Amino acid sequence: MGNQKKIPVSSIVHEQDLRKRNENYKKYVEENTPKNSIVKDTIQAFIVGGIICTIGQFFISYYQYLGAGEEAAKAYNSITLVFLSVLLTGLGIYPKLAKFGGAGTLVPITGFANSVAAPAVEYKKEGQVFGIGCKIFTIAGPVILYGIFSSWLLGLIYYILKLLKVI
Amino acid sequence: MAEQNSTKMVGKQSIVFNNPPLILAGSSIAGKKEGEGPLGHLFDTVQEDPMVGKESWEEAESELMKEAATKVLEKAGLKNSDIRYLIGGDLLGQLIATSFGVADLNIPILGIYGACSTMGEAMALASILVDGGFADRVLAITSSHFAGAEKQFRFPLDYGNQRPYSATWTVTGSGAVIIVNPNLHKPNLGEKAIVVKGVTIGRIVDYGLKDSMNMGACMAPAAFETISANLEDLNVDPDYYDRIITGDLGYVGRNILIELLKEKNIDISNNHMDCGIEIFDKDRQDTHAGGSGCGCSAITFTAYVMKQLREGAWKRVLFVPTGALLSQVSFNEGKTVPGIAHAVMVEAV
Repeated sequence: MGNQKKIPVSSIVHEQDLRKRNENYKKYVEENTPKNSIVKDTIQAFIVGGIICTIGQFFISYYQYLGAGEEAAKAYNSITLVFLSVLLTGLGIYPKLAKFGGAGTLVPITGFANSVAAPAVEYKKEGQVFGIGCKIFTIAGPVILYGIFSSWLLGLIYYILKLLKVI
Repeated sequence: MAEQNSTKMVGKQSIVFNNPPLILAGSSIAGKKEGEGPLGHLFDTVQEDPMVGKESWEEAESELMKEAATKVLEKAGLKNSDIRYLIGGDLLGQLIATSFGVADLNIPILGIYGACSTMGEAMALASILVDGGFADRVLAITSSHFAGAEKQFRFPLDYGNQRPYSATWTVTGSGAVIIVNPNLHKPNLGEKAIVVKGVTIGRIVDYGLKDSMNMGACMAPAAFETISANLEDLNVDPDYYDRIITGDLGYVGRNILIELLKEKNIDISNNHMDCGIEIFDKDRQDTHAGGSGCGCSAITFTAYVMKQLREGAWKRVLFVPTGALLSQVSFNEGKTVPGIAHAVMVEAV
């Protein structure tokens, strides 16, 4: 708010050039739509994301205490967090956490689990094949596709660099 | 006769009826959240169960529509077979809420799509049919369901995400009216009769916005153009109406509409009302910019606006349901979100 010159309404209503009118309207709407506070959102995301990660660290330490190696403990932790996220999604609690925590709930593995579980719940009505089968990855799909693709690409680069004895 | 018909056309895009059709009855079926809102006590039925005892959101919405149709027939004291045509639509793909909701009524039907402006479009067409002598009694109906709309237009319900301030909350509910030839029915004693004086059919208005999370701003230009056209076509001032009632612009869209009109020296800041703002308490119900959906304007009209007219609190209103003409495909393909608004001039006589 404030610094820039405000878009006058007359530059929308009386503008004959439609492209210019649309540009002015877009700016006008941006100026006149209340925004969420980035500071508040960031702090909330930090707190919620931090709590999720602390819980994760607790599980890793606990599994190690029970005798698992570090790698195994991390894998068990992922499994545990995914389970908890799916459970909370099914109970309708995870969306409430996300409403408060934003990216704090989206970035950890729990967010990924939520994005798979939510369509599974929603599309169950459309059947096992065309419902859950086709639509379970509607949100997580891009992450999976481009995650696998970029690993493949990096693997290829690594392989070529090794052939050339660069590394 | 032909000459008489042509006189119904007024201005560029409006119609004033020779024999204003009577809105015999209206019904409103609302969801739980709507029932807890400021208008909650006015609805005919509040459905506490979001699934309405059915298996899916889509079936639930059809059931709401069936209840609204049954209720309006009951209130009008009519049977299905008394209704000449049914005009209805909803937000779901290929109008499945309507098709499955009203099939059992066995009334000849015209399905329409006007996004959230559907109630205006249905009432306009019903009135045209009645005044034109093509039908004696027409039932106009529409519905929306929060969960069904989220599923179709946004994300599955349990997916965790944040809604921006400008986002609206789709109303769960269904509203219906029966519009009849005024010579066939006498109004109840002690109550005002409600008639449709005329209509202004809206154009598709696109000011180039692409933000589907700010539908109020996408639709405000359509409401602006339709309201201006109505006032120009009829050559009246805004205070000719006791209320100018938009469908679901919400807080963001409402402010834009008022400012756009002010630039044309039309001041509606004192008599404007938006159904999306009236239906929820935004602070208590966390509905951000307000309610939206076909059901929003429909049940606000049938429960609240019709009551105000019947009791004589308002005499003339301009009912302007607003719609955003997008689909998930058009959004993904980077298209804009065009708006539409139809105006229905409703009077208590």
